[in-house]
Amino acid sequence: MGVREIYGRSDYAIIGELVEPGTRVLDLGCGAGELLAWLKENKKVDGRGVEMVSADVQKAIARGVSVYQGDLEPALEDYPDRAFDYVILSQTLQQTQHPLKVLRGMLRIGRRAIVAFPNFAHWRVRMAHLSSGRSPQTELFPYEWYDSPNIHFLTVLDFEHLAHKEGWNIQRRVFLAGHRSVTVLPNLMAEVAVFLFSAS
Amino acid sequence: MITQAAIATFDSLDLDCGVTLAPVDVAYETYGELNAAKSNAILIEHAFSGDAHAAGDDGWWANMIGPGKGFDTDHYFIICANVLGGCRGTTGPGSVNPATGCPWAMAFPPITIADMVRLQKKLIDDFGITQLLAVAGGSMGGMQALEWAVAYPNSVRAALPIATTARHSAQQIAFNEVGRQSIMADPDWNDGNYYDQRPPARGLSVARMVGHITYMSDESMRQKFGRRVRAGQNKFEVESYLQYRGSQFVERFDANSYIYITRAMDSYDLTQRGSLPKLFENIKTRFLVLSFTSDWLYPAYQSLEIVSALRSRNCDVAYCNLTSQYGHDAFLVEVNEQTELVRGFLASTFREATA
Repeated sequence: MGVREIYGRSDYAIIGELVEPGTRVLDLGCGAGELLAWLKENKKVDGRGVEMVSADVQKAIARGVSVYQGDLEPALEDYPDRAFDYVILSQTLQQTQHPLKVLRGMLRIGRRAIVAFPNFAHWRVRMAHLSSGRSPQTELFPYEWYDSPNIHFLTVLDFEHLAHKEGWNIQRRVFLAGHRSVTVLPNLMAEVAVFLFSAS
Repeated sequence: MITQAAIATFDSLDLDCGVTLAPVDVAYETYGELNAAKSNAILIEHAFSGDAHAAGDDGWWANMIGPGKGFDTDHYFIICANVLGGCRGTTGPGSVNPATGCPWAMAFPPITIADMVRLQKKLIDDFGITQLLAVAGGSMGGMQALEWAVAYPNSVRAALPIATTARHSAQQIAFNEVGRQSIMADPDWNDGNYYDQRPPARGLSVARMVGHITYMSDESMRQKFGRRVRAGQNKFEVESYLQYRGSQFVERFDANSYIYITRAMDSYDLTQRGSLPKLFENIKTRFLVLSFTSDWLYPAYQSLEIVSALRSRNCDVAYCNLTSQYGHDAFLVEVNEQTELVRGFLASTFREATA
């Protein structure tokens, strides 16, 4: 099955489908606010964002999206409990200092959380690691070990394992390889995993 | 651009100090046209030494207000009024006290930022505007924008407090006090009674020189002046610049207004009325808060204090710390970046207002 794209990103398209209309949404690491602008326009959400990079924040605000410039980890602490219906973290979890703290924070301030992350157990990553004997470099993980923004590598199974341990209720799982959705052997075949989950 | 300049007179104004001023004049200018629904009005708040002349030739924010600019007069109706206590047409210490027939001088009652805003509310009511699309301003103008949102939350759809604070810091009070002491140390000040004689030009000029230093940054001064010497004058460029700015200021500003307005800024502390999160509890106003990286007079942490409190109440707030080398002056100078932000923010606010 093919997957649509929003601003050239299929994870955005999946998230766009998961979010119900008219809800309150916080996008952590929202970049230039593309997803929020799309959600505002198409799902009439009340959207907010957090982004560290000044140039991206400026673009987002110029788009009419309310974005706060700051580091997402301390930023999470300011929001009141249950402030949002969805808290989104797309392609950023692997870059956070304290991923578990971030995930718990997301579930504190949001009724539901959506995370999308690159799957470190994808077969290409496994092959790259096996064949080169070096830290794997793939299209998904294009960086040298010394300049990678990714500091916590996780797999589909890792996330499932953590969710079970924490007692989270995973409501939706979507797995992607390029622009196609993956239905079999996601831990091996998925490049990107999207989870919609709640605290219980 | 359709421009109007006028003075409105109101019967009275109750001040925070308990005194009632009667009557009160407000000098203001407007740019653009108020639409039939009166939903496109934006109040621009000037900073400490500004006035109602915000746009057009020599307007203090002319690069931000006008056709096609950040505050686009083709779409919005822009109002800018001289503040209470000012010396550019609005009632202040230089105005005549009706009880004596002489200038108020230091007998003028002490004023606050809230008093300034209360007077502006009368002006806005007079226009028949029930809700401003936005209130915007930098520095002391930002304090007024913040005050508007707290005092009249239902009258302000969006607020743009720029390079400002919810409460003056010790450092900000300190620089203002140096300015006031400089004026008062000038024998021509004469306890504020100089309106029929020579004004305290030397004291006011030195006060302004100190002010200008605080508006710049080490980096911007290095680039603008360095150690260059003015040819034939045996004087550093920076000395010459400050002296010129000081002497220019004396031509257009009243020393007693300097004292009254700086005291209003120094006394500003929103937290005296409750914690910021508590004050922002029921605010529906959207916020765009901006600070500048090299602004050491109104540092980013002061903007962040406002933004954190807004976020803790889940208010709709956008915040950006813009990169600039111009220090506090950046809000007047960094036009390109601010233009895009302001335009986008206002457009989405207006869209939601009319949806």
